[in-house]
Amino acid sequence: MSNPISTRLADWPDYELIKPGTGACAGCSSPMGLRVVGKALGPNAIMVMTPSCAVACSGILPRACYDVSVLNVCFASAGPSAAAVSLALDAQIEKGILPGPKPTVFNWAGDGGTYDIGFQGISAAAERNDDFIHFCYNNEAYSNTGMQRSGATPRYAATTTTPAGKPENKKNLPLLMLAHRPAYVAAASIAYPQDFYRKIARAKDIKGFRYIELHAPCGPGWRFPAHETAAMGRLAVKTGAWALWEAEYGRLTINSPTLQLAEGKRQPDPLETYLQAQGRFAGLLRQPDKAAAIAELEADIRRELAGLLARGKEQ
Amino acid sequence: MTKILDTGNTACALAVKAAGPDFIAAYPITPQTTISEKLADYAAKGEIRGKYLAVESEHSVMAAVAAAATGARTFTATSSQGLLYMHEILHYAAGGRLPVVMANVNRAVAAPWCLYVDHQDAVAQRDTGWLQFHCASHQEIYDTIFLAYKVAEKLEIPTIVNYDGFLLSHSMLPFETVEQDLIDRFLPPRQPVWRLHPQWGGTFGNVSGADEYAAYRHKLAADILTALPLIEAEIKEYAALTGRPQPGLIQASGPADAEVFILSMGSMAAETELAAAELSRQGISASALKLRVYRPFPAAALAELLPAGCRLLALDRNLAYGHNGGALLMEAKAALYGSGKNIAVSGAAVGIGGQDLPVSALLETIHGLLEVAR
Repeated sequence: MSNPISTRLADWPDYELIKPGTGACAGCSSPMGLRVVGKALGPNAIMVMTPSCAVACSGILPRACYDVSVLNVCFASAGPSAAAVSLALDAQIEKGILPGPKPTVFNWAGDGGTYDIGFQGISAAAERNDDFIHFCYNNEAYSNTGMQRSGATPRYAATTTTPAGKPENKKNLPLLMLAHRPAYVAAASIAYPQDFYRKIARAKDIKGFRYIELHAPCGPGWRFPAHETAAMGRLAVKTGAWALWEAEYGRLTINSPTLQLAEGKRQPDPLETYLQAQGRFAGLLRQPDKAAAIAELEADIRRELAGLLARGKEQ
Repeated sequence: MTKILDTGNTACALAVKAAGPDFIAAYPITPQTTISEKLADYAAKGEIRGKYLAVESEHSVMAAVAAAATGARTFTATSSQGLLYMHEILHYAAGGRLPVVMANVNRAVAAPWCLYVDHQDAVAQRDTGWLQFHCASHQEIYDTIFLAYKVAEKLEIPTIVNYDGFLLSHSMLPFETVEQDLIDRFLPPRQPVWRLHPQWGGTFGNVSGADEYAAYRHKLAADILTALPLIEAEIKEYAALTGRPQPGLIQASGPADAEVFILSMGSMAAETELAAAELSRQGISASALKLRVYRPFPAAALAELLPAGCRLLALDRNLAYGHNGGALLMEAKAALYGSGKNIAVSGAAVGIGGQDLPVSALLETIHGLLEVAR
């Protein structure tokens, strides 16, 4: 990195993006993540949001918990809305109507608004290299409407629309975004805030389309106690169920501790420790052939890690 | 003033250029496409200083109305399925009081597929909270773009400028452009009361309780009604500035005390006028009424200009399914109910899917309606 960014918590700015009074559930990943986003981007920013928990918990009009300019748009609209805000700022700054420096425009959308209903517009914005950061806080389901399956829901996870466990694998959206070859792509985790902060700060200094996905465990949805959000995120990374990496203009770097798992320098924690810590896999864990199913999932993880490593060496 | 012989889409694009938009988003659809192409060309040449975003769908076109939240003067254009695909965000833009101006080049909607004109696309957006103009000539297209911006930005209500696909969008007809300094005088830069920008702050489009929501939506409904006197005033100002007469909310041609009045909107107004004249020659005193503003519907103006005891025929280029006739027939009946003028109202849906409307066909329909009435 040409621009060293302090990851010491003591060096982080005092600025708080979230004012006291958010309606989020206890232990919610979204305000935890947004707090880091606020510190990394600062107050000269505009946040565009599509329907998600982060909107539902922001407070009822005329009150709102976000201390930044916010535009709540329609569900499928994150890509074009942020692109339009960014270009409209450019036009008005060029004409002298608005003062500079240009605020950082970013989306804060869930996996529903990113993987599924909003994907077309986000893909198009990435292809056009529109100048904004898209954050996807991925809690692996439609948590806002009460935990229905999404394209990010992992195999075997029970949701209200997959009560017997989801039969299909999730999409790998960070890799899909990487295939757009945008300015910056990163996969981060709520359990590694310094890594997340560094990635945001890096993205802030790049012009063009930037995508940062935050793995965001959801206590009520995944059925684990509110105080275990960060622990759950850490287990996901240590078992390899979630990978930390970043890529600038298509050049991929795997981040620690995922790198050690991918290079075989450290064995992933047994996946069952992660699955057992949550209620959504209870159905799988009751199956007599659960060992075979878990072995299959672990094989998937090893293949994904090997794929990342190979992709990193290609360039 | 410069006289130009060109298409309706060129008239539209030239007016948009003169209006000086900060932001344009567009997605091609027949018969609108050449507007977006011309605007892309103007932007590429630097003749428009705003930004042009070529998005991947009409839903994203309308999502780009977010640009208007920053205070930007924003334009887009569409037709038919494109307009229908935007429907969700049309409601959002009106509720958000984002004064976007959009040209809708009217085209029939699928299924079956049909590329030619009717007004089904526009009337299907009746209750979205947008103002809607309908143009009957290239000159009206050109002039109405400025009116639309003026009114939209004053009221902070988005506005559609409708005109007929192919009949106006692709035909070549003469029209006069207006000098830039006159346009600038009529349409100064947008002065938003609030901007999506850190300097202003705030959360826009938040979740609201029922009371706040209802108050907000009732205010939109009330503000839309105030558009009629404002449009009339702006039409007068524009006419004075350009020295060119302008049709009002409803343009009447023929005797004021006619026996029969024929209401229509869009390019068929020209044939309707000829049909009314022919009817008068046949001994039935008739006048044509051309509707320039469909939303809000100028109900009082209509009731006022019709003499007691006359007949009103509404010729609709759309179908109000579940109702006998089209959207204008419903509006006209509602407008005249309780007027005490004893006006019999009937109507027919004509020219659907671009069916040709020669004067002879209109006369046949009109005679049929008058026959039934007897």
